[in-house]
Amino acid sequence: MEARILGEFRAIVGKGLITEASELHTYECDGLTNLRVLPQAVLLPTSTREVQAIVRICQREKIPFVARGSGTGLSGGALPVETGVLISLARMNHILEVDLPNARVVVEPGVVNSDVTQRVASHGYFFAPDPSSQSVCTIGGNLAENSGGAHCLKYGFTTTHVLALEVVLPDASIVHLGSRALDRPGYDLPGIFVGSEGTLGIATKVVLRVMKKPAVIQTLLAAFNTTTEAGAAVSGIIGAGMLPAAIEMMDNLAIQAAEAAVHAGYPNCGGLLLVELDGPAAEVEHLMDQVGEICTQCGAWEIRVAQSDAERALVWKGRKAAFAAVGRISPNYIVQDGVVPRTALPKILSEIERMSAADGLRVANVFHAGDGNLHPLVLYDRRIPGQEERATELSINILRLCVKFGGSITGEHGVGAEKKMMMGEMFAEPDLETMQLVRCAFDPEHLSNPGKVFPRTRMCAERTGPYQPHPLEVAGVAQFF
Amino acid sequence: METAWSDLRALVGAEHFRTSKLEEAVDDVLPHMVIEPANPEEVAGALKIVTGAGLQVIPRGGATKMDWGNPPRSGELMVSTRRLNRVVEHAWGDMTATVEAGCTLQQLQQTLAEHGQRLALDPLWPDQATIGGILATNDSGPLRIRFGSLRDLVIGITLALPDGTLAKSGGKVVKNVAGYDLPKLATGSLGTLGIITQAIFRLHPVPREIRTLSFSNADSQTMNALVLAIQDCNMVPTGVQVRAGNSSTPEVDLRFEGTTAGCEAQIEQTLRIASGARRIESPADIWNARSTLWSGAEPSVVCKFSLLPADLGNFLNLIRKASEPQHLPWRLVAQAVGVGYLRLEGNDTGALLNALQDFRKNLETRGGSLVILRCPLEIKSKMDVWGSAGDALPLMRSIKAQFDPTAALNPGRFIGGI
Repeated sequence: MEARILGEFRAIVGKGLITEASELHTYECDGLTNLRVLPQAVLLPTSTREVQAIVRICQREKIPFVARGSGTGLSGGALPVETGVLISLARMNHILEVDLPNARVVVEPGVVNSDVTQRVASHGYFFAPDPSSQSVCTIGGNLAENSGGAHCLKYGFTTTHVLALEVVLPDASIVHLGSRALDRPGYDLPGIFVGSEGTLGIATKVVLRVMKKPAVIQTLLAAFNTTTEAGAAVSGIIGAGMLPAAIEMMDNLAIQAAEAAVHAGYPNCGGLLLVELDGPAAEVEHLMDQVGEICTQCGAWEIRVAQSDAERALVWKGRKAAFAAVGRISPNYIVQDGVVPRTALPKILSEIERMSAADGLRVANVFHAGDGNLHPLVLYDRRIPGQEERATELSINILRLCVKFGGSITGEHGVGAEKKMMMGEMFAEPDLETMQLVRCAFDPEHLSNPGKVFPRTRMCAERTGPYQPHPLEVAGVAQFF
Repeated sequence: METAWSDLRALVGAEHFRTSKLEEAVDDVLPHMVIEPANPEEVAGALKIVTGAGLQVIPRGGATKMDWGNPPRSGELMVSTRRLNRVVEHAWGDMTATVEAGCTLQQLQQTLAEHGQRLALDPLWPDQATIGGILATNDSGPLRIRFGSLRDLVIGITLALPDGTLAKSGGKVVKNVAGYDLPKLATGSLGTLGIITQAIFRLHPVPREIRTLSFSNADSQTMNALVLAIQDCNMVPTGVQVRAGNSSTPEVDLRFEGTTAGCEAQIEQTLRIASGARRIESPADIWNARSTLWSGAEPSVVCKFSLLPADLGNFLNLIRKASEPQHLPWRLVAQAVGVGYLRLEGNDTGALLNALQDFRKNLETRGGSLVILRCPLEIKSKMDVWGSAGDALPLMRSIKAQFDPTAALNPGRFIGGI
């Protein structure tokens, strides 16, 4: 990158400019470590104005930029662009305002997810989206990926809890999307921005909605011989008209890994179910009895209900550590994030088992059973020639299977750099072209996180149709700002 | 124009292409022709023909909210979704449903109820309002305090674009982040980006038991304090509604759903919290109270407002203060999440206009909004119904330009002249 431009960047962020190759390596990948690219520079702005000034230069010089939070993403969404700069929002990490009567919290994008809950917990509130990486990942990253977590079955995704945003657009203008009050007139711009994986601009301020913590939370652990039996219990629970806060499932391999890593005290079984109910005490107790009965009917041979916060925390610790724990039982692994309609779970699990046996590769299954979100972990050893390729192929075939069953290639990790070639298997060309109309409206020059999400880039035609003034404007009664 | 008409006739058959009736005018714009396509492909095909001929289109579902929005600049063709009325699939095991845009909500709910499920949404006039129209206007009711609004319930959508493209986005699974979230973009876009032909929703179980209780409050401040106290405790109501008017003290309705024991326990807790208010008999059909704002003395204005939940009491006082000297009778139904509907009556349109502008200014300053839904045409000619889009308006205009470069769909009806 030209010294002239670096000089301009330095004038904006001072010491928050990194150009040393050895330091740049920290930013060469996110949680998807097999894709690595060194950016030209890394910038660490501390304010909206600094982000705007950086983007203004990028716009002028046509330099692509990629925003990054903590880099915990699992789809290469924060993978740098070789000719571009990486903008880390890590230093914009302040909680700006807490408004409890209205249940709103205003944060900068670099605030860590669990810090929001921590800030309001003493008043009985919490921030609902809870990705497994919540103690590290940032709000900015959550909203780029529209992160979920175990409890989104009941409480919804990040998009449910983001009301308004301040955004620096790729043309360096600052705009305000949404509002603190609901239903702002006009297009639902927060709705389209959240989950756009950094391709529409950079959020610099976010208004979140926090929720009141439920009166009672109970977590049930049930051990089954097979995931099929556990799956039948899930159907039974949903069929009985219940909406648990979370329903998680782990197969034996995943249980072994979690036990080896955090000693959660899970029973050694073929299919483990974790069901969390929350709400008014009278309601939860009554329904939990029913969940227990359904599990027993479906073949559960051990049922435990965690009552205290400490017991619950231990149960969840095993589940949330499951991805990393797999590292204990395999030198390398690939995490996938497919979704199927919940009723297709038994079919897809037996199909995965068949494919795994045929390929001679072990697959551990951890998943959000309530909403059909699978996280198959394909285990392999990079040192054995050809195994990495076979593992990649297997994980892609699992996603193909999800699409075949009417599901999705990603439930919460995002498309990123990793799965963009799969988009064409899930959507037809006109679908993808239509989505990119939005990109053309926000970022016609494709400067913001280019090369992600879509397999091919749509050329943006200048489509500004003739603007026709409103009759009120003509009459001089109203003006649009 | 004649070529376009004959192409359209050939596309759907002469029996589904007719001249418009007088009552089909939107504000004072009467389309020449009305087309009733049989399927999404015909909707897309019709749009391609019409926009190719440089003509404008007004989409229509159940026609319950055709007066929402600014008057259209023009609209030669009305595209009705009346024949797209099927529930395509109720995947009850997966708790999702795929439904065509012209299906009424009531018809959908009846189908879902066969398996003990529902779309947890209670918009206006469910017997006539269609899925497409409800989405396009982003209408929601008291249930949103627990289940969210359409943006939280719609998981997939098919849009017919002005150039004839049929585009799908989202899908049939509740959890899905593949690609941009066009279902949310289409929701509330008043048919200005494309015509919704089909939508997919996540569903919820029909509740085992429903209990409602109501309270009368001395004044706006105690009412607001009660509503905030209910939200600040850990109960899970499926409705918290405020009713008020120039001739009554504010009343609060609460609804709980779930098991008998759960409802009972929460009612007990409510009675403790609401000890300062007087419990009253809940009027019949109270959760449809909002729809009663559309009837009464004329001329009148009905508008939707949004504000921060803690501002509701002050807003009620403002309405009282502004309407009393002008003798403007008013009634209001608001949800505790901060979305409400206000009816204002009065013969003096000047006074109505002044009050509306006053309310809008006050709401917008505090992060809220005021949108006029129904009013005499004279008011629409003097006041934009939507209010300010703020600094995001250029972005909204460029989204519109990308999807509908010739401004063929509902021209001028949406915010900022879109």
